[in-house]
Amino acid sequence: MVESVVSVENLQIKFDVSVPLLSRLLKRKPKTYVHAVRGVDFSIKKGETFSLVGESGCGKSTVAKLLSGLHKPSDGSVVFKGHDLVSLSRSKLKEVRRGFQMIFQDPYASLNPRWKVADIIGEPIDLFGLADSKQHKQAMVIELLHQVGLSGEDRLKYPHEFSGGQRQRISIARALASKPEFLICDEPTSALDVSVQAQVLNIMSELQEKLGLTYLFISHDMSVVSHFSDRVGIMYLGRLVEVGEVADIFNSPKHPYTKMLMEAIPSMDEINKERTPVSGEVPSPLNPPSGCAFHPRCPNATHACASESPVLRDLGERSVACLNV
Amino acid sequence: MNDLIATQEPSLKRRWGAKMTDIVSSVWDSDIVYSLRNSKVTIVSFIVMAVILILGLGADLFAPTNPFDPTSFSLFDSEIPPVWTDSGDSRFILGTDIQGRDVYSLLLYGVRISLMVGFVSVLLSLVLGVVLGLISGYFGGKVDALIMRIADAMLSFPTIMFALLVSGVARGIFPKEMHGDISVYVIIFSITATGWMQYARTVRGAALLESGKEYVQAARVMGSSSARIMFKHILPNTISPVLVIGTLHIALAVLTEATLSFLGVGMPPNQPSLGTLINEGNQYLFSGQWWVVLFPAMVLVVLALCVNLVGDWIRDVLNPKLR
Repeated sequence: MVESVVSVENLQIKFDVSVPLLSRLLKRKPKTYVHAVRGVDFSIKKGETFSLVGESGCGKSTVAKLLSGLHKPSDGSVVFKGHDLVSLSRSKLKEVRRGFQMIFQDPYASLNPRWKVADIIGEPIDLFGLADSKQHKQAMVIELLHQVGLSGEDRLKYPHEFSGGQRQRISIARALASKPEFLICDEPTSALDVSVQAQVLNIMSELQEKLGLTYLFISHDMSVVSHFSDRVGIMYLGRLVEVGEVADIFNSPKHPYTKMLMEAIPSMDEINKERTPVSGEVPSPLNPPSGCAFHPRCPNATHACASESPVLRDLGERSVACLNV
Repeated sequence: MNDLIATQEPSLKRRWGAKMTDIVSSVWDSDIVYSLRNSKVTIVSFIVMAVILILGLGADLFAPTNPFDPTSFSLFDSEIPPVWTDSGDSRFILGTDIQGRDVYSLLLYGVRISLMVGFVSVLLSLVLGVVLGLISGYFGGKVDALIMRIADAMLSFPTIMFALLVSGVARGIFPKEMHGDISVYVIIFSITATGWMQYARTVRGAALLESGKEYVQAARVMGSSSARIMFKHILPNTISPVLVIGTLHIALAVLTEATLSFLGVGMPPNQPSLGTLINEGNQYLFSGQWWVVLFPAMVLVVLALCVNLVGDWIRDVLNPKLR
């Protein structure tokens, strides 16, 4: 049994989206919440890539933010190498934080436009006090730039002098600066051209092999996920509906929602395939459907689905949350 | 060894010289200087502003007499018109006032006081406004609501009325002999207290926008402190509109100070600013002594105009959309 780097249990978050206090009192409206993540469990083993997939608005990016500490969960726990991040003290948290970093979606917004690359990559080195002299820090920055395929001279430039792919590589270099074991990648390739996507993904898998990194990979691009990850979790409206090995999920999806997603992947083998489009839309998380959240769109829905909420059941190699599987 | 130094020295010097010319030429070719070179109005404003600034700051050097020193002037010299008129006196280029003080010297010292009050109050409101705006925009929520409601409340006070209020209160609290000394603080406090909101609002808006960006989230994931994120990450991205407001605010602050002094709640007659001089000269205007009021008024108008023109130019240069 390989030890798990991260494990998440019953992770939940509610966002308060109530109208301001005064108008709420005047109009006698109750407080309203968006239950963005409604109880998610998974664990990621050392050295593997775990992907979270789902339509927009299903809460996958929120899970990434919960893991990185940008949001505080309203319930549940995030355990990173034996430390529960939710209950950890501030000083201890800072120490544990070194072990995980995040790569963001938009390479144009994730680098401070007024900072030079050397300062951007050097920031975690300063914050965690990893270098003992200026020369040492500079050497580390150059080494990091080489690792992501950029030249050492690039450290003197500003972010706007780089292309999207190069910026994303700078972002990766910054994430690697504190020598983390675990990287949270929130759609790192979705803002890039297809050719550049491949480049960035290749660098990421090279680094994974070389440094033994563990990835949580958030994406909505099924072909990227099938190429890049070891295990996949399919999310729907704040819950995981199916978790398993990439090959199993892609070749024989069990959950009706997963089946629907797989049907929608374009493929070169079946160019003139008759397509069943993914029907319906994701319901509003403000007012989720009763029972199984997927039942209004599900082709095999029964009466029970509207009243009973399915839990993730372990079926050996994979887990599925569906009453009819 | 000595030979070595002797042979190395000239080359080192030459390298230094070459480096300096490089720096000078790179500055000369930079966007900002290029835009300055192509705007004659701005060049003229800059020069006029610099001349007034130098004359004001160096008042001790450039003024023939010290108008603050009662032994340096005499009532026998009172009401002498400027030197180019028939009854002018070569000692007093711009004439003298009712007490026999040299108007030219008064003017230089007055410019110094006006500029000092303008700069200090703008600097204070800038620092206060930027810090409150950053806190407001970064933390949001209740802190934001509190700071912004205070700003809204302050915005509803006209500067002049607020200054009259503060000065009235100060006159009530402090003994009579201190009134002359505290007046400068009263003015600075009034201009600062009624001027910081504009900075706070501008910075808050920009900070709100910047805090949502991913580079701020990245800094938070690294565990940066809030102060570090606010001042090192967000501040540099919000500072250019602040500089523009600041420059334009200097002209406004100088004018406000002049208005207050003109109304009699500003600088006392023994430490006259431009406004005090205009106020004093105004009383003698109808008895024919035009020179006492005209020259301070002209300097005030020219100074405010030049600062405003330079401010407009800075706004255009820092805003890429207007280029």
